[in-house]
Amino acid sequence: MDVERTKLRGLSPLDQPRSPEELRIRQLRARDMLRGDIDDADLDEYVESRVMTTTLERAQNWARGNSMFPATFGLACCAIEMMSMVSARYDTARFGAEVFRASPRQADMLILSGRVSIKMVPVIRRIYDQMLEPKWVLSMGACSSSGGMFANYAVVQGADKFLPVDIHIPGCPPRPEALIYGILKLQRKIFGEPDLGWRERYKAYGTEEDERPWKSGPLSVQRVGAAPSDGIVESHGSPPSDAELHAPISHPELSGHEAHDAWEEAADDERVTTSRPPGDRRGDA
Amino acid sequence: MPDAPGLELIAHEVNERHQGAIVGSTYEHGQAALLADKDRIREVLDYLRDAPAHEYRFLASLHAADYLPAEPRFAVHYELLNMPRVERLRVKALVPDTEDGSMPELDSVVEIFPTADFQEREVYDFFGICFRGHPDMRRILMPEDYVGWPQRRDFPVGGEPVIFTNTEDTVPGWTR
Amino acid sequence: MNPTTRPIPEYADTNRTQEQLGRDAIGRTEAQVIGTSPIERTALEREEELFTINMGPHHPATHGVLRLLVSLEGEVVHDLKPVMGYVHTGIEKSCEDKSYWKVIPFIERMDYLSYFFNMEAFCGATEQLLELEIPPRAAWLRILHLELNRIHSHLVGLGTTALDLGAISMFWYCFRERDKVLDLFEMSSGQRMHTRYFQVGGVAEDIPVGFAERVLAFCADMPERIDQYVDLIDQNEIFLQRTKNVGVVSRERLLELGVTGPLLRAAGEPWDLRKVSGYLPYSDFDFNVPIGTVGDNYDRYRVRLTEMRESVRIIEQAIEGLPDGPWIADDRKVVLPPRHELGTSMEALIHHFKLVTEGFRVPPGEVYYPIEGPRGEYGVFLVADGSAKPVRVHMRDPSFVNLQALREMCVGGYVADLIANLAMLDPILGGIDR
Repeated sequence: MDVERTKLRGLSPLDQPRSPEELRIRQLRARDMLRGDIDDADLDEYVESRVMTTTLERAQNWARGNSMFPATFGLACCAIEMMSMVSARYDTARFGAEVFRASPRQADMLILSGRVSIKMVPVIRRIYDQMLEPKWVLSMGACSSSGGMFANYAVVQGADKFLPVDIHIPGCPPRPEALIYGILKLQRKIFGEPDLGWRERYKAYGTEEDERPWKSGPLSVQRVGAAPSDGIVESHGSPPSDAELHAPISHPELSGHEAHDAWEEAADDERVTTSRPPGDRRGDA
Repeated sequence: MPDAPGLELIAHEVNERHQGAIVGSTYEHGQAALLADKDRIREVLDYLRDAPAHEYRFLASLHAADYLPAEPRFAVHYELLNMPRVERLRVKALVPDTEDGSMPELDSVVEIFPTADFQEREVYDFFGICFRGHPDMRRILMPEDYVGWPQRRDFPVGGEPVIFTNTEDTVPGWTR
Repeated sequence: MNPTTRPIPEYADTNRTQEQLGRDAIGRTEAQVIGTSPIERTALEREEELFTINMGPHHPATHGVLRLLVSLEGEVVHDLKPVMGYVHTGIEKSCEDKSYWKVIPFIERMDYLSYFFNMEAFCGATEQLLELEIPPRAAWLRILHLELNRIHSHLVGLGTTALDLGAISMFWYCFRERDKVLDLFEMSSGQRMHTRYFQVGGVAEDIPVGFAERVLAFCADMPERIDQYVDLIDQNEIFLQRTKNVGVVSRERLLELGVTGPLLRAAGEPWDLRKVSGYLPYSDFDFNVPIGTVGDNYDRYRVRLTEMRESVRIIEQAIEGLPDGPWIADDRKVVLPPRHELGTSMEALIHHFKLVTEGFRVPPGEVYYPIEGPRGEYGVFLVADGSAKPVRVHMRDPSFVNLQALREMCVGGYVADLIANLAMLDPILGGIDR
């Protein structure tokens, strides 16, 4: 008598044994596993197909990045855009960063939104110190990143003068999308895959993270005349000779600081005679 | 806004009541201003507030200005408003700077116009003009221990020098 | 207990007799207390302990970084001292260093929710000193944007007020409309906030094609949305209990304190500079000014809500009756010439150059120019000395003066009412601290 079996819940085609022999093999393997008899390779494959493996750190970072709790720290106009980011149109709840905690002890992200006045600095520092590790700081807007348009006695020219800032978000005020972009960049940074952006392209040249000493002064380019803004005339002593002024660019396909680097490497090579950039007199003995 | 002859009348009346309190009047851009002697300012404002013909009962704003290098250096402005007639009148108390470096002083009008409380503190905070009789004469917007009167014309704006590529060496602390 | 009357807190002992003073909090004499347990005995002396707490500057309930030193007796507020200056940006000092055009972005960041009003006060003051008349189209465009900004400011104010009182849903709804208003600003000027749209002489640019339709669509939607807000919280028992008869200050006291704006109108004083002062042609528009009766928080809320409705009416009339013509004045010494002239006319080029590099010069004089903003009277006091930079720019900010009323509103009430009062006062710390 034929018994018709119909499955009530469909398993995926991969799970279904394709033939009775395969079913028998599976049954034997299951029996072996239960007895502890399964081999290394089979065991690995068995576990891998059923369990997601990762390091604890990556899992931790994934959890941290996807659930950042910002501390309510609206100082000025950027705070309104931050409130607008949390509201319905630009929703940060979908990124996990909607729960604004009032107490700094329960928050892990500080969004400094607004101009940092000198009277407010000790207060911000205190709030930052009260936050528990791990904590991140987003400097939202031009005023907290660098003082913004207010270059005067009352505004601190950049919150990173007294706080370590992870992400600076430009704008006055930055659009909520820009703020979300900044938060996502911070998320990537937390996950361990930071978007290095221009640092990758220029290899952090000219910043504090770079080990190479900064060679100041203008780059060696073909000059027709010497303008004061080039820095040749005003800041570095004697005016350059004609040969130096008309020295050709060493590697025309490079630009910016890469040209300077390539030139530098070429200068170390004794066979090449090129003039040094006029500004670089400090390296002289 | 009282017109020019009306302004003269007001000046005349106040001077009749309190001799010598008004030293002049200006009328420009449709706005009337009385120049008052700084030590009689309470009497002037009292009169303007209570006299039945004037009744400027609302003090819209109290602020000061530094006219360096003109003399007298400071002037404290009282913007008065008569609401039923919608008339504004400015009373300007001319405050010269002191030679010995002490703070110029003026009588406080907090009892006449309670709204002057915060605004006089602001004038003190930014110009260093002290108001005698104010219940709480201390800084309001700057930190309490700040030294200097920021909005005087000889106080520097502040800020930091902007760094360009050709000033990097000269700006301290920027490069190694 | 009648919910509309509030029990007077008994913390003043001056009206108790000598015999009563010898009793404890529940009226027992010392003889009666001896022999009782220690717990009961602690109630013997009436404890009057003033507990001063510090609220802020970082506090979820303050509208910005305002620090309040509050002396409490239990939950009753005994005294209140606001400490400001935590967002002081030195804008007035910076403005003395900049030409008149460059002052406009500085001054619009003072009261950062009503940026068009800041700009209007300053541009109006400069135009008064220059004796410059703005064309009618510019005036109507200014009124349109000012009323849109008034709606925007009231939306944020009501949303954050409801947030402070615990009704978060109102916050989301208000911000949904706010985004619509910001879309309109972005259409006309390119920026959502701090648009720098007003220019000395008129407005910086004409409105784009399609703006009128969007504005009319917004105006068609808005009254229904305001009805939604009313439905949300207006009949809510908790909201009514927290706002009715709370924070009442008499009209005379408010006038003495220099308070203007919706706070004064809620107390019953019919004072609105749009109606009495002719700084812009508001007389061409048909709108009402809502006045309250009692002056409590509920009245302030209703006044703001109704002002939004009236602003919608003004905007409709403005966009439908917008006159044609130039959007900025003609005076080439003050206003940039149109770009197409720069290629053909030498004078236009020279004017453009002088205006952009040095700026126009304003003849010596001083003027105080008050306008009616969403929080009260914004007045710019401008002193010019004939050069291209102002000598003194001072903004009489309504939030700064209105804050003096906070003490009157809160003393004698509870701490929870303090939060509601502060929210209904609608202070903007950027304006207070400048």
